[in-house]
Amino acid sequence: MKKYRADLHLHTVLSPCADLEMSPDQLVRLAKKRGIDIIAITDHNSTRQCDMVRKVAEGSGLIVINGCEVNSREEVHALCLFEDDYTRNEFQKFLDHYLPKLPNQPEYSGYQILVDENNGITEEIPFFLGNGLDVGLEEIEKFTHQLNGLFIPAHIDRPINSIFSQLGFLPHELHVDALQISRQSDEAHIRRLYDIHDDITLIKASDAHYPEDIGSACSVFFLNEPTFQEIRWALNQKNGRSVKIEA
Amino acid sequence: MKVSDLVEKLGLKVISGEKGLNRVVDGAYVSDLLSDVMGNARENQVWITLQVHQNVMAIASLKDLAAVILVKGLTANENTIQHSNEEQIPILSTTLSTFDMAGKLYELLHAEK
Repeated sequence: MKKYRADLHLHTVLSPCADLEMSPDQLVRLAKKRGIDIIAITDHNSTRQCDMVRKVAEGSGLIVINGCEVNSREEVHALCLFEDDYTRNEFQKFLDHYLPKLPNQPEYSGYQILVDENNGITEEIPFFLGNGLDVGLEEIEKFTHQLNGLFIPAHIDRPINSIFSQLGFLPHELHVDALQISRQSDEAHIRRLYDIHDDITLIKASDAHYPEDIGSACSVFFLNEPTFQEIRWALNQKNGRSVKIEA
Repeated sequence: MKVSDLVEKLGLKVISGEKGLNRVVDGAYVSDLLSDVMGNARENQVWITLQVHQNVMAIASLKDLAAVILVKGLTANENTIQHSNEEQIPILSTTLSTFDMAGKLYELLHAEK
């Protein structure tokens, strides 16, 4: 088994709350510089910057996973990751369907832009991406898994927008591939606090909104090859693959 | 006061949990954070919320609440309704906003005292 350092929760300039320095080329450059092997692009309620980050990363050796950080009807945040462009696109249609059509106000919420490899703005997203989708968490999880994706509730230890703050406890019918805890948190403490058994994997990721935070929290995957399927196995503690929070 | 009195006096619609309509009401709690309700709601209170997730009923049962009132004409998920019937804790519905519902309920509960 080989070791792969992964940061699976990163925002780009597309997220209204992220810094305008979080461009695809910066993300790739800084991830490489900081010794990260795998990143996931997880903007709020949108997967649309993924393509450009993947394009910029081509030939760099950095593995870029398609994804987003959904905000459910219950205002729970969760990472949804996808293996290929087809499933990413199918999920994007789902997001477009359920995103409330409230105009973004950049002066209050921040800019929501797509950029090309030269950091030219190619599109501004008109609807505010920070809103809760008009669809429940279980339905989002089911659709993610129908598309063979990965479903990871985000920053579960936060006092707001976490599965525990919004829903009190893990819903019985929800199938998670892992749970993500925050940079500062202690895994053993979180397991005790929320009574999370060892058969549910906890990962850490940076949730970076600013360049300096990229890679500030990572998880280490032990895989034969860094494929999406092996990452799934590792998160689900299967076939000898595993993942642990980086000390 | 009983849940059935609230239904009658506030014009609420009973979505489910009819067997619990004779539960005694002693105050109310307003929150959409289920963790907050777990920590702070008390027995026999009515809970006003816009959350329709099935965990709502699990927490209503855990805290032994009198009933749940969903605002703005929201309807509960199917499994939430099922839990309501099993736990015999009614889910009630109003077209009012949380603010207006809480105001009317406050008035009613305090008129009694």
